[in-house]
Amino acid sequence: MDALFPRAAISMVQILERLGHRVVCPREGACCGQPPFNSGYWAEARPMARQLLVQLQEAEAVVIGSGSCGAMVKKFYPELFAGLPEAALAQSVAERTWEFSEFLVRKLGVTDLGAQLPAKVTFHDGCHGLRELGIKHSPRALLAKVRGLELIEMKDAETCCGFGGTFSAKFPAISTAMGDVKCGSALETGAEYIVSNDSSCLMHIQGLLSRAGKPLKTLHLAEVLNHL
Amino acid sequence: MSERKKILARIREALQTAAPRPGSHAEPGGKPHTGLTPGGIAARSAGHDPAASEARRWLPKVGGSFEEQLALFAQNAADLKANFQLFASWQDLSTALGQLRDAENWQRVASHQAELSSQACAALDRPVCWTDRGYDVLAMEQCDAGVTECDALIAQTGSVLVTSRSAGGRALSVLPPHHVVIARRSQLVADLPAAFALLQAKYAPEFPSMMSFITGPSRTGDIERILVLGAHGPKKLTIFCV
Amino acid sequence: MSTNVAQFKAAAGRVTADTRQRQFIRTALGNYEIARDRRKAAFQSWESARQTAATTKWRAINHLDTHLEQLVAKLEARGTKVHWASNGVQAREIILGIVAAKQARSIIKSKAMTSEEIHLNDALEKAGFEVVESDLGEFIVQLRGEAPYHIVFPSMHLTRGQIRELFAKELGSTSTDSPEELTMVARRVMRHKYITADIGFTGGNFAIAETGMISITENEGNARLTAALPKTMVTLIGIEKVLPKLEDLALFLPMLATAGAGQPLTCYNTMYAGPRQPGEADGPEEWHVVLLDNLRTELLADPEQRDALHCIRCGACLNVCPIFRNVGGHTYGTTYSGPVGSVITPHLRGLQDWKHLSGASSLCGACTEACPVKIDLHHHLLHNRRNAAKEKPDFLERLGYQIFGIIAGDPVLWSLAKKVGWLTQPLQRLVKGSALDPAQAWTKTRDLPAQPLESFQDWWRNRA
Repeated sequence: MDALFPRAAISMVQILERLGHRVVCPREGACCGQPPFNSGYWAEARPMARQLLVQLQEAEAVVIGSGSCGAMVKKFYPELFAGLPEAALAQSVAERTWEFSEFLVRKLGVTDLGAQLPAKVTFHDGCHGLRELGIKHSPRALLAKVRGLELIEMKDAETCCGFGGTFSAKFPAISTAMGDVKCGSALETGAEYIVSNDSSCLMHIQGLLSRAGKPLKTLHLAEVLNHL
Repeated sequence: MSERKKILARIREALQTAAPRPGSHAEPGGKPHTGLTPGGIAARSAGHDPAASEARRWLPKVGGSFEEQLALFAQNAADLKANFQLFASWQDLSTALGQLRDAENWQRVASHQAELSSQACAALDRPVCWTDRGYDVLAMEQCDAGVTECDALIAQTGSVLVTSRSAGGRALSVLPPHHVVIARRSQLVADLPAAFALLQAKYAPEFPSMMSFITGPSRTGDIERILVLGAHGPKKLTIFCV
Repeated sequence: MSTNVAQFKAAAGRVTADTRQRQFIRTALGNYEIARDRRKAAFQSWESARQTAATTKWRAINHLDTHLEQLVAKLEARGTKVHWASNGVQAREIILGIVAAKQARSIIKSKAMTSEEIHLNDALEKAGFEVVESDLGEFIVQLRGEAPYHIVFPSMHLTRGQIRELFAKELGSTSTDSPEELTMVARRVMRHKYITADIGFTGGNFAIAETGMISITENEGNARLTAALPKTMVTLIGIEKVLPKLEDLALFLPMLATAGAGQPLTCYNTMYAGPRQPGEADGPEEWHVVLLDNLRTELLADPEQRDALHCIRCGACLNVCPIFRNVGGHTYGTTYSGPVGSVITPHLRGLQDWKHLSGASSLCGACTEACPVKIDLHHHLLHNRRNAAKEKPDFLERLGYQIFGIIAGDPVLWSLAKKVGWLTQPLQRLVKGSALDPAQAWTKTRDLPAQPLESFQDWWRNRA
């Protein structure tokens, strides 16, 4: 999100500040360690996770703009550090961690952010957000309050887009085939934008759509909610 | 050491370490995934034993009255493409049997000697291949219908419960192309737990060697997932209840 | 790269390129999903049913030793002969021994994944016996000389036209390609086989410890006939299939049908308690039950993944898996395909040789959500990856993560890497998707996002 999708992160900061919160950001290069973790290299993931944990320990709430990074911190850090000295810290940070849309809706109780986007959109549920964190309602509750926005659910909305982190590079043919199915479902809705709370899914989907020359555009949920 | 001993020894060795209870993982809603932390380990025999009777609360709902259960059975049978009819009298049932025989031009039937099946065969008035004292498989295969009794009708699923003792052996209810079940209305039970309780009460510990829930006529979807009836067993299932 | 992973990738490449085949599979499984959801909704609580089923299996496996002893004692009390096989070789020897002792010529089989697991048909045919698969789908793939495509729907990859051609060539049938007519062709062929076979062979879905029974679930009636007509019946079943009580079936039978095929109950659910008993009209004179370990105890010894032994082979995880839907069943090259196959095959056939199946997943979790006995499938794929990397890390991959860790751990290096990324974008565009492109695995089929000059951290710093 730092290098490739700064607009999403900037939108999150601006929304949280408008709601009166003081935002602190981890330093340059802070990565949750999910790429090595998901590939099985837990020993290589731990130093990265440890560095992030230390930076997050003072925060009242940790808000993450990605379902998969959110699942990493909230769900997998306790497993990654089970039986290690950082276990308690991992547990405590996990308990304070929220995915962005969940933080707004469930923690703050806010759904209307005064945004407007007169367009047809379809929403893609990132699998980690959907199945590891159980996020389904919050993004939709937020989109429902965006003026002019019409949400059209796509067929098989809960089917994976095929990104899957390093999987997308290790098994590109399978990843691409899955992505083609997803893009087909999104295109069928006639939407102008495909919105998600996960930038990595969007990178994959946008990559396929651009290559195919399709006009459908991807947007992070925070960008939609910051569209005033 | 025999293989039996070796396998049992490997099992006992493996079970020295307990596994976490199911459902302690992977619940959405953000419960941390703690894997095999000591808190997740349950002792081998600890914890709540899910009584199988608990299943009744999760399975598809069945009404309490006979009328509700009958209506549910009839609906399920229709969905399964089985022919179910309830008759007010034996006279009505035997008339309907005769009509079925004539409509399908039955030349011979197979059956077993029991009160209802024998009466049905008498009403059918066709040569019968009786299974009770051994039978010729080729002769049974030539029969147009197999007429049997049953142990129960299950409202919840539209199933007929037969056993090798109640329904003339193992083949009679699957070899002929049309299986005709003659049942009493008192044989209708609400659900699967009730059917298993019935089997226990009626037979344990000397169970028949075969007990089968028949749920509609034989079917397959192995060609393009398109439903075809009568794959190997009967193409038709008729349940006449009196 | 091991041959297994090369074969897997090649096969996956072939199937993913076949848009028509993928659409065919997707349509079939889409229809399954609609039926399944309707049946799930009929439950008063499908989620509670899953939890009860999972807990029942957990308890059954926790007492596997005592349950097996109880099962065997009860089976033997009714005259059933029980055999124990530690591995496939022993199971084949036992079964060949029975077949030879009976001087059998032909064997009729109903569907059994355990027999695929130990390659029983090969062994029987090499020994000169005729083996006929009676399940229609299994019969079709047997005629084609193929392995089953799916553990529940063995022939789902074939069109009716392909099956018509197969029947014309192998059986001399002149049927049209109506599924009804094709099914009747198989029915006629099989009728004769049931009547003349010396041995009826079956698998089993559940073994009931309390009463000493094997329960078989099917739709066609072929298992019923297989267990009714031949003089000798042989059943091969994995040791993990035990359930404590007869009444447990009241939950497991409808759940298996719902999760497996979107049916309220399959057509025939049959419990066998012994060979033909005194006073019974028919049935086999002898019944042999072969209990198969074949490395199940290895899986049992791993408490983290022990729940994979809860599997009731319903196929639900295959049906919902987007990988399975796009690469198909044969690509896996394993007896058990799909998510559960990817989880257990490394335990049954070697982690290093089969770890790629755990890698070939986006970890989306659709399988875990679909599993009626709540096996933690997608996390086990993650655990297999961890175990494989720990046991034998890939040098370059590990180095890559170490370097990535160093860069991400140092703000200056990270910042520099971003600049390099931004600066080399025009160069990368020149070679996009070609062999010269270091990101070719991505860019062959996908564009990379354009990296803006100002990163989020730049913005954050600049506004302070």
